[in-house]
Amino acid sequence: MTSINRRGLLAGLGALGAGACSDLHKNETVQDAFRIAEEWHRAGHRMLAGRERLAPEYAPHERSPDIRGNGSLTVDSPFYREQSASGFPAWRLAVSGLVRTPLSLSLEDIRALPQRTQITRHDCVEGWSAIAEWRGPQLGSVLDAAGLAPEANFIVFRCADELYGRAYYESIDLVDAYHPQTIIAHELNGAPLPEKNGAPLRMRIERHLGYKHAKYLTAIEAVASLDDIGAGKGGFWEDLAGYQWYAGI
Amino acid sequence: MKRHALSTRLWHWINAGALIILFMSGLTISNAHRWLYWGDYGFDPADAWLNVMRFPGWLTLPARYNLAAARDWHNTAAWVFALGLLIIWIAMLANGHFRRDLATGQRDWRLGAWRAALASHRSKGHDHARAPYNALQKIAYGAVFGVMLPLMVATGLAMSPGFEPAAPWLVDALGGRQSARSLHFITTWALVGFAIGHVLLTLISGPLRLIGTMLHGGTREEART
Repeated sequence: MTSINRRGLLAGLGALGAGACSDLHKNETVQDAFRIAEEWHRAGHRMLAGRERLAPEYAPHERSPDIRGNGSLTVDSPFYREQSASGFPAWRLAVSGLVRTPLSLSLEDIRALPQRTQITRHDCVEGWSAIAEWRGPQLGSVLDAAGLAPEANFIVFRCADELYGRAYYESIDLVDAYHPQTIIAHELNGAPLPEKNGAPLRMRIERHLGYKHAKYLTAIEAVASLDDIGAGKGGFWEDLAGYQWYAGI
Repeated sequence: MKRHALSTRLWHWINAGALIILFMSGLTISNAHRWLYWGDYGFDPADAWLNVMRFPGWLTLPARYNLAAARDWHNTAAWVFALGLLIIWIAMLANGHFRRDLATGQRDWRLGAWRAALASHRSKGHDHARAPYNALQKIAYGAVFGVMLPLMVATGLAMSPGFEPAAPWLVDALGGRQSARSLHFITTWALVGFAIGHVLLTLISGPLRLIGTMLHGGTREEART
């Protein structure tokens, strides 16, 4: 073998190695390993923390000066702009799907429900954290008001915003849906939710990373399976980029 | 009796693979937000104590930026690493490796013992690798097994919002989530420093024999000559 051939072979092997390494995550066996690891993390967290254990709550002076807006920072529609200017009088939150009594709640209805106020930390998948006070009714009380059907396994959150031309949505299971800190927030630090943080309504799901906390909330849907929602992976980022559906890590 | 128990050899290579995956995918995760903070929160680069460089594609996993895939690699390899660490600690305590070879006594902490370790390294060259571990080796391996590797697991767990409700004291003890993130990063580089020293010392002390010993185990008798 000549040295040029050898060099060519080495370069080829190098390229193959780099290519294999950069795309190995698409391999089926590797994907299976990822899925099992994620399932173990979820099961481990649930086993250790149970269904009810709370995420830490902070004192008012421990809040961060701001809470960064990320992803969608507004909703690009005339209806949203008009509503935003007038305090969202016509905004409705639909509660539908596998429920006995579908609901359509105004902001006034939502503010009239029993409220939970919590100062919690928001952890973004990118790595940063911010601390703020959130206020709103518990999702569990809204689901109970609508009467969840026994076939319901997941709660899907529909949003008004679009990213990269797709509607944002997210989903969680019933353990997270009924977690005491899972609230439909309409206030941030004592004021109505700012536009960049999801006005007028957003989810707080405190044992998960930020991308689960759907903003610009328009509907809550109880479903038996996530297969027919979006591309079937349970959320906008899950569908678009393969983010983990269980975002407790 | 073998110089390296089967458990030690298996763990050594599996752990090396897991750490390489964790390191390279961790660099991708670092690229997602290249600022480090102290305390519970941090999102504004103006508050960062360190602006981390963007790590190039040839160092990251995957090579082309993909946070979701990097997190999959990282959180999967983390199981191999953490369970491996637990198992090797149990094995080291059970088979006497820890007490015999790694536990330091008072005399290992004297300057004289360190000087002797360096002197024997200079005079005997690679032969000293066959002898029991000297004071500096015990301290280095002890720091890795007792401090750095467990700290990687602890700081990693402390960043998980799903784990935190199970042990909020862990996050507090580490100074808050962003401090845990900073410590995770710092300890990574301490381990990289150890790994570089480990490989260099192997290279100058007879790499083929030492790597062979870590594969087939070698013998204690050989160690005593």
